[in-house]
Amino acid sequence: MLLEVEDLHVHYGKVEALKGVSLAVAEGEIVSLIGANGAGKTTVLRTISGLRRVTSGRIRFKDRDITHLPGHRRVGAGLCQVPEGRGIFPGMSVMENLEMGAYGRSSRSLADDFERAFALFPLLSERRKQQGGTLSGGEQQMLAIARALMARPQLVMMDEPSMGLAPLMVNQIFDIIAAIHEQGTTVLLVEQNAAQALTRADRAYVLETGKVAKTSDAATLLADDSVRAAYLGVDSTG
Amino acid sequence: MRVLKRSAASPPEGPAGPDQAGTDREGRLERARSRVGSVKGRLARRRAAAVAWRARLPDLTGPVARAWHRLPRWSQWLVRLGIIVLAVLAPADWVGQIMAPASDWKTLLFYPIGIFVLLAVGLNVVVGQAGILDLGYVAFFAIGGYTMALLGVNVGLDFWIILPTAVALCAVSGLVLGTPALRLRGDYLAIVTLGFGEIIRISATNASWTGGPRGIAGIPHPPDIGNLNAFTYGVLDPTPYYYLVLALIVVVIFVARRLERSRVGRAWAAIREDEDAAALMGVPTFRFKLWAFAIGGSIGGGAGVMFSAKNIAITPDNFPLLLSILVLSAVVLGGSGNLPGVILGAFLVAWLPERFRGLADYRVLIFGAALVIMMIFRPEGLLPSRRRRSSLRTGTGAGAAPTAVVEQEEKT
Ligand SMILES: Nc1ncnc2c1ncn2[C@@H]1O[C@H](COP(=O)(O)OP(=O)(O)OP(=O)(O)O)[C@@H](O)[C@H]1O
Ligand SMILES: [Mg+2]
Repeated sequence: MLLEVEDLHVHYGKVEALKGVSLAVAEGEIVSLIGANGAGKTTVLRTISGLRRVTSGRIRFKDRDITHLPGHRRVGAGLCQVPEGRGIFPGMSVMENLEMGAYGRSSRSLADDFERAFALFPLLSERRKQQGGTLSGGEQQMLAIARALMARPQLVMMDEPSMGLAPLMVNQIFDIIAAIHEQGTTVLLVEQNAAQALTRADRAYVLETGKVAKTSDAATLLADDSVRAAYLGVDSTG
Repeated sequence: MRVLKRSAASPPEGPAGPDQAGTDREGRLERARSRVGSVKGRLARRRAAAVAWRARLPDLTGPVARAWHRLPRWSQWLVRLGIIVLAVLAPADWVGQIMAPASDWKTLLFYPIGIFVLLAVGLNVVVGQAGILDLGYVAFFAIGGYTMALLGVNVGLDFWIILPTAVALCAVSGLVLGTPALRLRGDYLAIVTLGFGEIIRISATNASWTGGPRGIAGIPHPPDIGNLNAFTYGVLDPTPYYYLVLALIVVVIFVARRLERSRVGRAWAAIREDEDAAALMGVPTFRFKLWAFAIGGSIGGGAGVMFSAKNIAITPDNFPLLLSILVLSAVVLGGSGNLPGVILGAFLVAWLPERFRGLADYRVLIFGAALVIMMIFRPEGLLPSRRRRSSLRTGTGAGAAPTAVVEQEEKT
């Protein structure tokens, strides 16, 4: 397993947001994590990235215990996150944003990485000098994904990349995720758009109020009545 | 919540309209999502309207900055040299006639003008570059001042030994104060820093080894350098002290520029714009914030040493909360994050009240009004940094806290 999370408990003050979450992602998979608002999806990703401390539990990445590794060192270990709400640097140009993505890397030349980014996102290539904050929502999401890839992660975690985008753009983003996956990056995908997420993923976890309620391969969950009722907006009777 | 309700009543817009998302199973989700989109659209439009209104004011900083960057290297240096020469010639009598007919211009050039510029450049590292709101910057000024006084009077050390000592001590103080404080963010951090300034001043008032409320007298002047008048540090002529602070300002600006363009500077910019995102990119955010706090603090300490070395005597009253506020407003008014702007801001905040002493009774009132007017017409400051301007105008990032609050409401 590339990433293993074991019995993760995380608190915000006295509130327990994660009550023993366990999940695993194997190399080469797309795994998605779905759940209602406030289920704790973002908290899972933030904890894996090292932005939140764990109360108890373990996080292993590439067979190494990273539970207490400082967040900035996890990027170097090969783990990168596209934050919820994109989190691009609004005052920096597209190029500067991408350069920040490679901040944790020691290698000097970024030429190959820029080339790869602009091949994946031709739209960004036309806007190299434009300030991040003036990009459209869809463009910002592309930039956020491209920026995360600059770190050359083995595992990229995305927090609701389709949030607030029009259907056409949503499809485009999911196509790009598939392309990234084909190029050899493992993906852990948090989504509200359960239909798309389950169609594209190999396996999925359903999170309910800080616990994993269900886990299975994505196709099974897509056919599961209770999942359809809760996350796909379909009555189990119809 | 008000925003939410209003937009819920408005029809959804964009390609995610009801006809398209009509019957399929994703329909409900899509509609919900497009509603969120329309809240954002509304906010963006309102913001755009505000910007359009503001845009009627001529914005000369853009063209000037562009022209500056087009200049070849050597002529940029020539311009810089020219500014330094002007600053060296500033203590002339005829300049004083124009700039400060009612008071002693040469004295003003050292304090408040020179010291304020130095403090503002230092505070800009903290506030403008790393985005840490420090309301107690005067703490470092005080530590520097008292270090000069105590080591000068009690130990009899030389100014040139005390200066680096105090700078180092302030850097250490920055680390010590910053280590607990910088784990906090936003309002909480601001309140804690506010406390630092007061704690230092009150401790100095209450401790006996700092001379209590009466402070410390008999602080030695810097030793003379050669026989030139410009480097003879006496009681009567403030000009040599002005040159000393000018030299320190030049050095500090050089260092600050270097930092800004380094890897550290890029990390600070990222932290300022989005701290979480910076951490996710592999920036050790806490460590870099600590550095900014310590570097800014040591510059404040240097200013304190200068101040104390000229003044012969200091008391806790020399380091009031108001000083923190004035220097912070200088940074913000001038254009947080942009050195020329910050320097201009510090100059204006220091000089204007002295120039218009005739209006002494109304000084604070006018100053307050000026601040309010600035915040309406030019919240990014007189000479804004390119980054800050775009952050503010697009309403994302550090400069636009109110929007962030609204966006959180959207989520609930
Ligand atoms: N900074 C915080 N302080 C206190 N409580 C928090 C904080 N962040 C999240 N929580 C709480 O933790 C729980 C999980 O939140 P989280 O953001 O992980 O949910 P989520 O599944 O990502 O939801 P969404 O789909 O709305 O993004 C929620 O109950 C939330 O209120
Ligand atoms: Mg979330």
